[in-house]
Amino acid sequence: MTGFVDLRGVRLTYGGTADGTLALDGLTMAVNKGEFAAVVGPSGCGKSTLMKLATGLMRPQAGTVEVAGKEVAGPVSIAGMAFQNPSMLPWRTTLDNVMLPLEIVQPHRSRLKREREAYLKKAEDLLALVGLKGFGQKFPWQLSGGMQQRANLCRALVHDPALLMLDEPFGALDAFTREELWQVMRDLHAEKGFTTILVTHDLREAVYLADRIFVMSARPGKVIMERHIDFPRPRPIDLTYEAGFNDIVHELRGYIAEARAAA
Amino acid sequence: MSDRWIKAAPFLWTFGLFAVWELAVAALKLPVYILPAPSDIAVATYQYWPAIWKNALQTLFTTVLGFAMAVVGGLLLGLAVGWSRAIYAGLYPLMIGFNSVPKVAVVPILVIWFGIGTIPAVLTAFLIAFFPIVVNVATGLATIEPEMEDVLRALGAKKLDIMLKVGIPRSMPYFFGSLKIAITLAFVGSVISENVAANSGLGHMMLAAQSQFNVPLVWAGLVALAVLGIVMYALMALLEMRMTGWAHRSGQNRA
Repeated sequence: MTGFVDLRGVRLTYGGTADGTLALDGLTMAVNKGEFAAVVGPSGCGKSTLMKLATGLMRPQAGTVEVAGKEVAGPVSIAGMAFQNPSMLPWRTTLDNVMLPLEIVQPHRSRLKREREAYLKKAEDLLALVGLKGFGQKFPWQLSGGMQQRANLCRALVHDPALLMLDEPFGALDAFTREELWQVMRDLHAEKGFTTILVTHDLREAVYLADRIFVMSARPGKVIMERHIDFPRPRPIDLTYEAGFNDIVHELRGYIAEARAAA
Repeated sequence: MSDRWIKAAPFLWTFGLFAVWELAVAALKLPVYILPAPSDIAVATYQYWPAIWKNALQTLFTTVLGFAMAVVGGLLLGLAVGWSRAIYAGLYPLMIGFNSVPKVAVVPILVIWFGIGTIPAVLTAFLIAFFPIVVNVATGLATIEPEMEDVLRALGAKKLDIMLKVGIPRSMPYFFGSLKIAITLAFVGSVISENVAANSGLGHMMLAAQSQFNVPLVWAGLVALAVLGIVMYALMALLEMRMTGWAHRSGQNRA
């Protein structure tokens, strides 16, 4: 069976194939349509490289990368991305920042002028959905870090991507804000049903949000372990303080400790 | 300190400087050909006002024209340099070398080409004001956050899209900031040229006054240049605030 995002035997070396750093080697993973996948692993295991491969920003030296049944040959444009750094443009209002992908991606790009009202409403609805109703006209630097990250999620989703790639999006936030945003993410995923790949260091975050967790080895990275998370949805935040939840976090922690020791 | 004192501070300090200067000249009994007192300079300014006015306008004209050329040229070249690594790599050493040449050494060449007068002054102002604009615009383009670029490239954005949506807007604060440096340098350029090869302009006027030992008029020329410089600098600072106020946020919520 092939997944919506399908990486097979992928190898990637930075800085020339001969003497460069081998970031990924023999990485195989498949994420199903609509699934929420999390990727965890020791630092430097090539998690971020994985994101660039799946969105077509990089091509592997060996193996294949397929998204939506097609081999990735260039930027896929059905993907939305969000990083730890919200990277909002300070000269645009929050609403205009969220609208930015619509000015780039087809077919929205050519429709934007004619159907501006409809698109504006869509962006505003999205902001309301993440709890930023009425903040659209504020500039991003007038918002707190957590609010900027919410807007960042909106920007990643405004063009209705089939695939959402998240690279440590909540890593720089305080514990309470992070928990809030986990719930925002949970609700967005439940409502929109996009396929998600979340790269994270935070095991609790991975267990709380994901249907399936891929554990990666130390560099050169490959998937050493797949763990299904079967908690029923919608998952209340209190789940993260229950024994069963913590057992899984512990178990994952063990795999990563092993992977680190093996490196 | 209240806001009112801070607002008044530039005037108080300027006045204070002139007061100390006046008193020092009187106390030390300095002859006027060594250091004229501000009152002597004021008298000279009044006495020679028509000449000062006419020459100040000439200097302002050559400076602003050279500056305008530097803005256009600097912006275009800065965009080119920031756009492509190949252009950057090739052009940067050339520009460093070019910028290292003292512009006063270029004036004789300009005089051979264009004769004495306005054109060498304009071109010297252009040549000297051009470099900071190029460097600043190129810096703004070259320092786009890689995450931002990834987000847009993953959406299928072309280089032109990234430049128009991110690169150029974000280089604007650098650009407007560089205008303040460039306008000040443009004055240096035009006055250098007027000192060497001109028959009008403040530089020329000061040189003529010096040869007649009219020291107060030399100083009056200096003061006129300082006033022009402050006015143009303030204009550029105002323009900067108007165009890129978002880059000067105070951190406070301003709705």
